[in-house]
Amino acid sequence: MQHSTLTTEQVRALIARGKFRDTLFQAIGIIFLAIGLLVIFLLVGDMVIRGSERLNLDFFMNFASRRAANAGILSAWVGSLLVMTVTAFAAVPLGVAAGVYLEEYAKRNWVTEIIEINITNLAAVPSIVYGLLSLGIFVYAFGFGQSILTAGLTLALLILPIVIVSTREAIRAIPAMIREGSMAVGATRWQTCRYHIIPYAMPGILTGVIIGLARAIGETAPIITIGALTFIAFLPPAPFTEVSTGVNAGLFDWLMSPFTVMPIQIFNWTSRPDPAFEINAAAAGFVLMVMVLSMNGIAIWLRYKMRKNIKW
Amino acid sequence: MQIHDQPTLKAEARNLNFFYGEAKALKNINMPIYDKKVTALIGPSGCGKSTYLRSFNRMHDLYPGNRYEGEIRFFPDNTNLLAPEVDPIEVRMRVGMVFQKPNPFPKSIYENVAYGLRVRGENNKRVLDDKVEQALKGGALWDEVKDRLHELASNLSGGQQQRLCIARALATDPELLLFDEPTSALDPIATGAIEELVHELKKRVTILIVTHNMQQAARVSDYTAYMYLGEMIEFGKTDEIFIKPNDKRTEDYITGRMG
Repeated sequence: MQHSTLTTEQVRALIARGKFRDTLFQAIGIIFLAIGLLVIFLLVGDMVIRGSERLNLDFFMNFASRRAANAGILSAWVGSLLVMTVTAFAAVPLGVAAGVYLEEYAKRNWVTEIIEINITNLAAVPSIVYGLLSLGIFVYAFGFGQSILTAGLTLALLILPIVIVSTREAIRAIPAMIREGSMAVGATRWQTCRYHIIPYAMPGILTGVIIGLARAIGETAPIITIGALTFIAFLPPAPFTEVSTGVNAGLFDWLMSPFTVMPIQIFNWTSRPDPAFEINAAAAGFVLMVMVLSMNGIAIWLRYKMRKNIKW
Repeated sequence: MQIHDQPTLKAEARNLNFFYGEAKALKNINMPIYDKKVTALIGPSGCGKSTYLRSFNRMHDLYPGNRYEGEIRFFPDNTNLLAPEVDPIEVRMRVGMVFQKPNPFPKSIYENVAYGLRVRGENNKRVLDDKVEQALKGGALWDEVKDRLHELASNLSGGQQQRLCIARALATDPELLLFDEPTSALDPIATGAIEELVHELKKRVTILIVTHNMQQAARVSDYTAYMYLGEMIEFGKTDEIFIKPNDKRTEDYITGRMG
């Protein structure tokens, strides 16, 4: 059909029909989006309303207790924070090094191919499997026990694929001409990585790390598998404080301490028969939610801040 | 344009072949590069002129599957730049390069120029300051940036960025400077500034320049080589190549019948 055969009226009708479909699709999109948002708002809102009577300073400063009104999340949020610290310190150097190696050093051959496929698959392994692995390796074989160190390393393994993949993606976004520009003045591969590749990839790497940590902080299954306690009324020993008469804790003693984390505390409260604990669970759920959201917020802010200066 | 009758040799390609995997991109190239002269490489797209240029600083070594045959002799020490026992890094320390698109690092103007020196282990601030100033003067950029050396290089205009890249290459006193279509991304005024700079630079460094623009080749170069399908068709003094080429194919290209 030739356009010249259409009358002006026909053309207008055609456009009107197209525009109607435009509007229709837009409306459907907005409705579906609204459904998603509504569910999140309802969940969070419900947690806030139900947990509101517990959301005060005491809740953050109290240990677990048999009486719901006195029970708090002190050991849980401190535990989560410490475990995340270990996870970050273990996963970042390993993941970044692996990512840089694969992108900048590794020769393209079947060995690299297999490694790459494996890393992608590792990201899909159910988290409880990592728990089982750690139970065998860290808890028993290495004798780390049911400690913060074990939990941190377990979650580090869990987020390692995320860190590696985001490192590689960040490196791939760097144009080849930057790498060539560096090599052309006589730089070694390592100098190119150290002065250019790693700094320019850093915003992407950090984003990946924080997204990984945000996932790790909510993980329950692997932490239960390695035997985290569900009821704990003490904090890991702070460095150089007195733990028993005349004995001071070492700098890293806290690593070997028993612990609990936020999701386990929540799980523990929801499984109790006394409905009063549901209020605690809702309040703690809200706190965990805020922790995850603020981590994502930090990731977005850092990325914006660091990318401002990186332009090609 | 003054051309001495007996120019000294800076480099010489001898029976140079180059392969991207199985594909032969350069076919038995023999060509002299004269010291402190500008040599232009011209030819239609895909004729291998960039491939040839990038052999001089072993850029092809960055990517797998590339292979050289033959030699590029570098004088006065008669080193074969392509010899497997010669480290590409050593080659790149002697042969600088300016790319098609300005590629400053997302760092300060100062750090861009100082980078080549830092790579060589130079960390003395006085030495760096001095060399950075000299290089920026050499790149005809000093007067424009001397008050904002610590600002980001990406704030400069395209032409300034390209002169910054020239300064970056000059900072380490290369013996040979490679230009890979350095003005193809620039406007005519910025192009003029770069051409003037090339003319100025040949007092201190040997220059090999790939260009798409025949007027540019005629303006800036002392010698011109015409390449076609990976072969060196004709090499000679620029005046002679442009006024009276020996080969029919060169003539066709120059007069615009082909390319």
